[in-house]
Amino acid sequence: MNEQTPISREDRLQKLKGIGSARKRVEDARFTQGKGNYVDDFNLPGMLFGDFVRSPYGHARIKNIDKEAALAVPGVIAILTAEDLKPLNLHYMPTLAGDVQAVLADEKVLFQGQEVAFIIAEDRYIAADAVELVDVDYEELPALTDAFKALDDDAPLLREDIKDKMEGAHGPRKHHNHIFLWEEGDKTGTEQALSVADVVVEEKITYQRVHPCPLETCGCVASMDKINGKLTVWGTFQAPHAVRTVASLITNIAEHNIRIVSPDIGGGFGNKVGVYPGYICSIVASIVTGQPVKWIEDRIENLTATAFARDYHMTGKIAATKDGKITGLWCHVLADHGAFDACADPTKFPAGFFHIVTGSYDIPVAYVGVDGVYTNKAPGGVAYRCSFRVTEAAYLIERMIDILAHKLDMDPVELRLKNFIKKEQFPYQSALGWEYDSGDYHTAMEQGMAAVDYYALRSEQAENRAAFDRGETRTLMGIGTAFFTEIVGAGPVKNCDILGLGMFDSCEIRIHPTGSAIARLGTVSQGQGHATTFAQIVATEIGIPAEDITLEEGDTDTAPYGLGTYGSRSTPVAGAATAMAGRKIRAKAQMIAAYLLEVHEGDLEWDVDRFQVKGNPEAHKTMKEIAFASYNQAIPGLEPGLEAVSYYDPPNMTYPFGAYFCVVDLDVDTGVVDVRRFYALDDCGTRINPMIIEGQVHGGLTEALAITMGQEISYDEHGNVKGGSLMDFYLPTAVETPVWETDFTVTPSPHHPIGAKGVGESPNVGGVPALSNAVNDAFAHKGLTHMQMPHDHWRVWKTAEKLGLTG
Amino acid sequence: MIPGSFDYHRPQSVSEATAMLADLGEDALIVAGGHSLIPMMKLRMALPEHLIDIQDIADIKSISISGRDVAIGAMVTQADLINSAELQAICPILRETSLQIADPQIRNLGTIGGNVANGDPGNDLPALMQTLDASYILVSNSGTREVKARDFYEAAYFTERSETEILTAIHFTAPPAGHGFSYMKQKRKIGDYATAAAAVIIALKDGTVESASIGLTNVSDTPLYAEQASRLLIGSRLDDATIKSAVEAAKTITDPAEDGRGPKEFRVHLTGVMVERAIRQAIKTAT
Repeated sequence: MNEQTPISREDRLQKLKGIGSARKRVEDARFTQGKGNYVDDFNLPGMLFGDFVRSPYGHARIKNIDKEAALAVPGVIAILTAEDLKPLNLHYMPTLAGDVQAVLADEKVLFQGQEVAFIIAEDRYIAADAVELVDVDYEELPALTDAFKALDDDAPLLREDIKDKMEGAHGPRKHHNHIFLWEEGDKTGTEQALSVADVVVEEKITYQRVHPCPLETCGCVASMDKINGKLTVWGTFQAPHAVRTVASLITNIAEHNIRIVSPDIGGGFGNKVGVYPGYICSIVASIVTGQPVKWIEDRIENLTATAFARDYHMTGKIAATKDGKITGLWCHVLADHGAFDACADPTKFPAGFFHIVTGSYDIPVAYVGVDGVYTNKAPGGVAYRCSFRVTEAAYLIERMIDILAHKLDMDPVELRLKNFIKKEQFPYQSALGWEYDSGDYHTAMEQGMAAVDYYALRSEQAENRAAFDRGETRTLMGIGTAFFTEIVGAGPVKNCDILGLGMFDSCEIRIHPTGSAIARLGTVSQGQGHATTFAQIVATEIGIPAEDITLEEGDTDTAPYGLGTYGSRSTPVAGAATAMAGRKIRAKAQMIAAYLLEVHEGDLEWDVDRFQVKGNPEAHKTMKEIAFASYNQAIPGLEPGLEAVSYYDPPNMTYPFGAYFCVVDLDVDTGVVDVRRFYALDDCGTRINPMIIEGQVHGGLTEALAITMGQEISYDEHGNVKGGSLMDFYLPTAVETPVWETDFTVTPSPHHPIGAKGVGESPNVGGVPALSNAVNDAFAHKGLTHMQMPHDHWRVWKTAEKLGLTG
Repeated sequence: MIPGSFDYHRPQSVSEATAMLADLGEDALIVAGGHSLIPMMKLRMALPEHLIDIQDIADIKSISISGRDVAIGAMVTQADLINSAELQAICPILRETSLQIADPQIRNLGTIGGNVANGDPGNDLPALMQTLDASYILVSNSGTREVKARDFYEAAYFTERSETEILTAIHFTAPPAGHGFSYMKQKRKIGDYATAAAAVIIALKDGTVESASIGLTNVSDTPLYAEQASRLLIGSRLDDATIKSAVEAAKTITDPAEDGRGPKEFRVHLTGVMVERAIRQAIKTAT
């Protein structure tokens, strides 16, 4: 079975399309032709539809629910309320953050859009008609929508269900609306450093409530087969195995009788990590009716009821010597978690990895305190295209660095260079307890400065400012830099779990007799291109061309257990598992090759797609030949077949980083900000597919633009949500999106099997501070230290007006 | 996002449609391109029992021009306005404005009649029609009448059109050859309504303004014809002081709501910026 004509090593490498190849995405053939298979594409015989009656109030007592008129509509099968779920103990469900959340409102509603009743009907039109006919009698209560008032003595009591429970999942609660105080670092030492410092700057920086807004909203189809007792749920799940385990624990259906399937998912960005009332109600409805039940959110429901992101009110204090050496960082966060604590963080980290807030800088001492509070807003607090609370942390430190530079009259880039962790300090132990795996920040920053010609930009800005002051232009130029360090790849089982499930991940590879393969992972692609990139890892590890490898994810009956895809964890964790499973296969293949070539294993070496005898490459067996042999020959001491599974528990997180530069031109009369240039240098370690990396960076930067320039979910004092449709919630189109320039350096992770770090979320983490710094910088010479996001037209204009630049 | 139940009708002529309206009364609504009405129905803010779709009516789909007199059928789409070379030759502001409405997909279906008849203050064409001093042709079973665009709008979604009438056409006389024009619109993104927008048409003779008219979009609960501001320009040589006084006059008639586009003070201010920029752009385009 040797090839007829030998091909060169180069050609063999090329044919693999392994790590480093800009292989085209295999998913795109079906996505671009409308042949994706999303949850709303499932139509099962006899399928019913669910729809919610939702609260119009932010805070109200439910006095009565009259279902009669709705039940009279032909085609309405049943209507569930909390009363129906109570006997099953399903009217509340556990959240990922150790709290409980009402599945259907129990006596009270706590946010506008909260689920009050679940209509089950023969089709979605009938269900929608019936929603209108359910008559709920509410007694409106005072709403709490300002997090700063949550802990006032006279603040309304929101959570009556836990009012006597003053010990929460993360320690004592000091007020009926308090969830936790979480602290890290050396508070006394930091306060000492602040008290003796030459310079201290302090700023209150809010990262507004936004929403991940995936193009596909959340939904599911639940189907209880009463004959075999098996429940199948197809849905928009970023973590199907975790959903299976949680579903088993709360429904008492044995876990082997539950099958969770994530079909194609139209974007997740953290919104599809949590468990929502719609899933539980659909499952209950299918159990009750014995028929499949579909529930699909509409856009307004998605924006107003399923998980939001951010809503962090941060205070930073940074201390430095007069020549710009940072000596300490103190932070406090008032974290608005909404009506239920449904943040999606590893269990032991109620503020996620916010303590990455020392960023890329060698800061000797630091302290973080986070107070979580309840308000009459939707629950959530997910990592919207970032690792857990990392983008909040990066925004705080990168704004604070700029503010410090301004105070010291130093160039912000030079201040960064002065305080960077140096290459030789890695692995670096941060003041807040992290061990950074690898980095070369100076090289990345200097490469970026050269690419954008940083000092020339500053000269141009000086001319622009002079021209503005002479009245020759009404446009101000701003230059923003961000140098972020991410922390991704959660995570080591010793400290990372979700509801007790360790955050390892997995890959199973089976080689078929003819030398093609299938690999199954515990992760779920939502557009990241896993079927493309993970096949490349397998290709490089076992020497089978990527195009001969099928990737399968998302079906808990077939995929090995894993914790899913979010927090840029797929490549750092499941990618590592993939490489390790490949290496197990290669180890067995080496034994088979040794038998076939009649040499000792130690006499063989691996070369691209084959084992060859050292010093005699003509004597070799390709992986394809080895695969066939494994199925058709009795090899002494070896089981037939060629497959392996790996469960990978990462020894550490990975720490991608990047240098971003942004140039804006800001019209002081209209508040319009034009992003003239955006340069993004990312270092994600080993690069598996440069084209996919570039696509991920483009997407992440566009979301960063959306957040910085316009996205906001806000509430009025009565608890009415504003911006809950795409008419107002800012989703930029190609017209609003500037050209993104991408660049890279490569600093592999020393502990990851292939040195990869993860990249999908970096552009959001670095993009927001770079854009915001640019807008702030445009006004810095006029005395502005900080303006809150979003930097939309009217807020930018208002800032200009306050600085006396208009009129 | 699912509308209530309704019966769907598809008349083949204006008379058939007006007969249906007379018969069905206030329970019926006319749908043209559907880009305003259908979202309202999906939100159940509009709950018609009968929907009368006028897309099959052939004789309200054309643009006819005679000299400088223009008649545009109600079912002419915004894409048709953009693509009409004849219209571009005598009244280019229609194309310029239409290009700032939503996006190409919507402009392929959105009609001029629906845009002006709906009474949504966010729509761009009503203020332009006021600027052009256009008239709307309203047809019912009992006859035909003509109403000036400047007299048509009463409040948001309330207009001079009665429930039994169909707006079938728009008539106006194009401004004199060589006129200057501009439609300046600031919006948050493609597809958004204006934060503030201004239409300006001026005719100059030897540098002096012979005629001027200014319309404002989405800064009140109706489109606004800025009569005083327009009058201030006439007879002037468009010096900075005159422009400034017109801008201030235009701002005084606005009453924008606070919404996601910004507070009232910003939208009033921005109206002034749009008016000033539109005047200066109109000067540049005048020949």
